Amino acid sequence: MKQQKLSVYIYLFLGFITSVIWIYPFYLVIVNSFKTKGEIFTNTLGLPNDGTVANYPEAFIQLDFVRSFLNSVFITGFSILLIVIFSSMAAYALSRRKTKTSTLIYFLFAILMLVPFQAIMIPLVSIFGSFDMLNRFGISIMYLGLGSSLAVFLFFGALRGIPTSLDEAAIIDGCNRFQVYRYIILPMLRPTTVTVIVLNAIWFWNDYLLPSIVINKEGMYTIPLKTFYFFGEYSTQWHLALAALVLAIIPIIILYMFLQKYIIKGIADGAVK
Amino acid sequence: MTFKKSSYWMFLIPCLLAITLVIIIPFIQGIYYSFTEYNGFQVAAFIGLDNYTRLISDGQFWDSMLFTAGFSIASVIGINALGLGFALLVTQKFSKITSTLFRTIYFMPNLIGGIILGFIWQFIFLKAFASIGEITGIDAFNGWLSDTNTGFWGLVILFVWQMSGYIMVIYISFLNNVPEELLEASTIDGANAWQKFWKIKFPLVAPAFTISMFLTLSNAFKVYDQNMALTAGGPFSSTEMATMNIYNTAFKIQEMGYAQAKAVIFLVIITIISVLQIYITRKREVDL
Repeated sequence: MKQQKLSVYIYLFLGFITSVIWIYPFYLVIVNSFKTKGEIFTNTLGLPNDGTVANYPEAFIQLDFVRSFLNSVFITGFSILLIVIFSSMAAYALSRRKTKTSTLIYFLFAILMLVPFQAIMIPLVSIFGSFDMLNRFGISIMYLGLGSSLAVFLFFGALRGIPTSLDEAAIIDGCNRFQVYRYIILPMLRPTTVTVIVLNAIWFWNDYLLPSIVINKEGMYTIPLKTFYFFGEYSTQWHLALAALVLAIIPIIILYMFLQKYIIKGIADGAVK
Repeated sequence: MTFKKSSYWMFLIPCLLAITLVIIIPFIQGIYYSFTEYNGFQVAAFIGLDNYTRLISDGQFWDSMLFTAGFSIASVIGINALGLGFALLVTQKFSKITSTLFRTIYFMPNLIGGIILGFIWQFIFLKAFASIGEITGIDAFNGWLSDTNTGFWGLVILFVWQMSGYIMVIYISFLNNVPEELLEASTIDGANAWQKFWKIKFPLVAPAFTISMFLTLSNAFKVYDQNMALTAGGPFSSTEMATMNIYNTAFKIQEMGYAQAKAVIFLVIITIISVLQIYITRKREVDL
C-alpha cells in the first residue's frame, strides 16, 4: 500500500510538470500582452515591469472585434442549426425505412467523409460564385454539406437505441411523421445533439481556410480571418498582436469553462462512435 | 408501420441536396478541371493528361508532399505517445478536481483554431526562444522559423501540443472500459504498474489505436492553418505542406486546373494511406 501512495505522488508530480509546460505558451502570450512594445523585446519571459492595458482597446478596434465576433456567431450558429435539424431528419428517415436505397444513401454519406476539402475547394468556389452565394449564408450551406455526413452517422447510431414502437404508438395517436420526429424523436436525441453541436461548433468557429476563400468583403470577416489579416498588417507590433490573440481566445475559454463537461463528453462520443 | 415514401424523401432532401451541391458536383467538376487549363473564370482548353504529366516532374510539389509525410509521421508518434501517456495519467486515482484540472489543461489547445495557435507559437519561437537563447547562451534557440529543419520541428511541436489532448480523450474512454476487477485481480497476483499497463490496459485499448492513428494521420496530412500561421511555408517554400502548395497554385498563381490535378493526386494518396493504416492496425488488433 505504501508503494502505491508513492506512485500516486510520482504521477501527481508528472502531471503537474506537463500541465505547466502545456499552458506555458498561453501564459507567455497573456503576460506579454500587458507589456509595452519595447518591453516585449527586452523582457520577454518575465512579468511586466509597468503593466499596461493600453494594447487591448487598440487591438479591440483594429480587430473590429464586435463585428468579427458577430460574424463568427452568425456563421457558427446558423450552420449548426442547419446541421442539427437536417442531419437528424435524414438519419431518422434512413433508420426507419430499411430499403436498398437507404443502405446506398448511408454508404454515400460514409464515403464522402473521406474527400479532403482541397479536392473540392476550387469548383466549390466557382459553383457558389455563379449563384452569388459567396457570403455568410453560402458558407452555412457549405458547412451543412461538409458536416452532415458525420452528424447523420452519430444520429443514426443513436436512433438504433430508440424503439420503433414509440413511433408507432404516436402515429396511432394521430401524429404524422413530422410530428413524431418533432415531439418524440428530436427530444430523445438530445445527448447526440449536444455531441453534434460541440464537434461542429469547434470546427466552424475556428475554421480559417473555407472562410478565407469564400468571404471577400472585409465586413463579413470572422474572428480567425480577421486575426490573420490583422497579423499581416501588424506583424512587427507584437504588443497589439498578442492582445488580439488573447481577445480571440477569450470567448472560447469562457464557453469552455461553462460547458466543459459537455464538451469533453461530446468529443469522446464523436470520436469513438 | 412503414415510413411513407413521400415523407421519406422530404426528410432526406435537405441533406442530400447539400452534399450534392457541396461535395458530389464539385468533386466531379474537379476531376474534369484537372484535365483542363482552368483559370478560375473559364476553361481555356481541354489538355488531357498534361497537368498530370507536368505534375510528375514538379519538384516543389513532391518536396511539399515529402515534407507533409515526414511531418505526419513525427506528429502521429508524438501525439499518440503523449495522448496515451496523458490518458494513463489522468485516469490514476487522484482527487476528482486534480484529474479534471489536468484534463482541462491538456485539452485546452484543441478548442482554439489553428490560425491562432500558429501565431501563439510564432511568438514563442521568435521571441521567447530567442530570449531563452540569450539567457542561456545556447545558440540553438535562435532563428527557429528561419531554418527548414527547425521549422519542421516547430510545426511538429505545435501540432503535437494541439492534438495530444484530443487523442487523450479517446484513450480515456477506452481505459474507462477496462474492467476494474481485472486490475484488482492482477494487483493481488502481484503485478506492478508496468505489467498492468502492458498485459492488461494496452491490449484492451488496442482498438483505440486504430481510431487515433486514423484521426491523427488524416488530420496531419490535411494541416493548413497551422502551417499558414507559423511559417507560411518559409523560408523559400521549404516548410510548405501539400495543402499549402495546392492552395498557392490555385489562388496565388491562379492555375486552377493544375492545382486541381494536384488535389486529385492528394486525394488518392490520402485515401491509400488511410486504407493501408486501417488495414494494418486492424490486423495488429487481432494479433494482440
